[in-house]
Amino acid sequence: MARVAVDVVIKPEILDPQGKAILAALTRTGHPGVSSVRQGKHFDLEVDDSVSDADLEEIAGNLLANPVIESWTVTRLGRDGHHPEAALAAPEAAL
Amino acid sequence: MSPKVGVITFPGTLDDVDAARAVRYSDSEAVPLWHADEDLHGVDAVVVPGGFSYGDYLRAGAIAAQAPVMRAVIDAARAGMPVLGICNGFQILCEAGLLPGALIRNASLRFICRDQWLRVENNTTVWTTRFEPDAEILIPMKNAEGCYVATDAVLDELEGAGRVLFRYVGDGPAQGNPNGALRDIAGICSADGRIAGLMPHPEHAIDPLTGPTDDGLGLFFSLRDWLTNSVTTVGA
Repeated sequence: MARVAVDVVIKPEILDPQGKAILAALTRTGHPGVSSVRQGKHFDLEVDDSVSDADLEEIAGNLLANPVIESWTVTRLGRDGHHPEAALAAPEAAL
Repeated sequence: MSPKVGVITFPGTLDDVDAARAVRYSDSEAVPLWHADEDLHGVDAVVVPGGFSYGDYLRAGAIAAQAPVMRAVIDAARAGMPVLGICNGFQILCEAGLLPGALIRNASLRFICRDQWLRVENNTTVWTTRFEPDAEILIPMKNAEGCYVATDAVLDELEGAGRVLFRYVGDGPAQGNPNGALRDIAGICSADGRIAGLMPHPEHAIDPLTGPTDDGLGLFFSLRDWLTNSVTTVGA
């Protein structure tokens, strides 16, 4: 089993009225420095070793995201749920 | 023999009863189809009605587009069977790849429910021959995710090929385009005009007793004409 994260965001050229409403609320609540908000979706998947990178792209592109309006990234996480690159970076950070 | 028109019910569909009624008003036989059906019971056309489907989780229509009955609808539509998607049904047809583009959250972020004027932009398709050229019709609309979007290239292709079927008419969001749909598009069709989708609800406007007009009947009678003629052609 491995964990996979799929992040889906609305393409830059597509109107995101929810993001705009959130931005307006942030401006009202004292965060005028925030200039843009785009709302997206995050999926955590648990997959076994039979699921290839190509399978994950198909899962993301055919169902989790609508390619007409959204783009996505697929990130394989370590077995304990940590990003493998983050795990590699950790000893360096300890120095 | 009356043409048989399938009307699909998904978990959450609201408008299957009105869609079936509209089919019967146009002297066709309404055949109920269930989301789990794997075949279409020999129907000549299919209406994918509105409401919701599977809670509209993920995106409106996204889960329904993967339902067993939709696999059968996709195969039949690609073979030339007429299919009409209304509201959630339009969203499902876009999610299933039968129509281009997508429906996103209304620009106002509000659910909008009102009677809406539309112009029939192409009266030569399976679904629109009963309308006069540039006819303006008044039918209800009710949606939160009715804003039609597509790339400029797709929009140009739709307009160039007469595939914009219905456009919102009227001034400003109060009367005209209610949701920010690009180029005021309310409904589109496939290149052969057989697969059509629109956000407003013709099935709610078939009798002045229960709707603003009976303008919506035009779609259902157009289908009936086409099915009757195509059956005659096949028989001859």
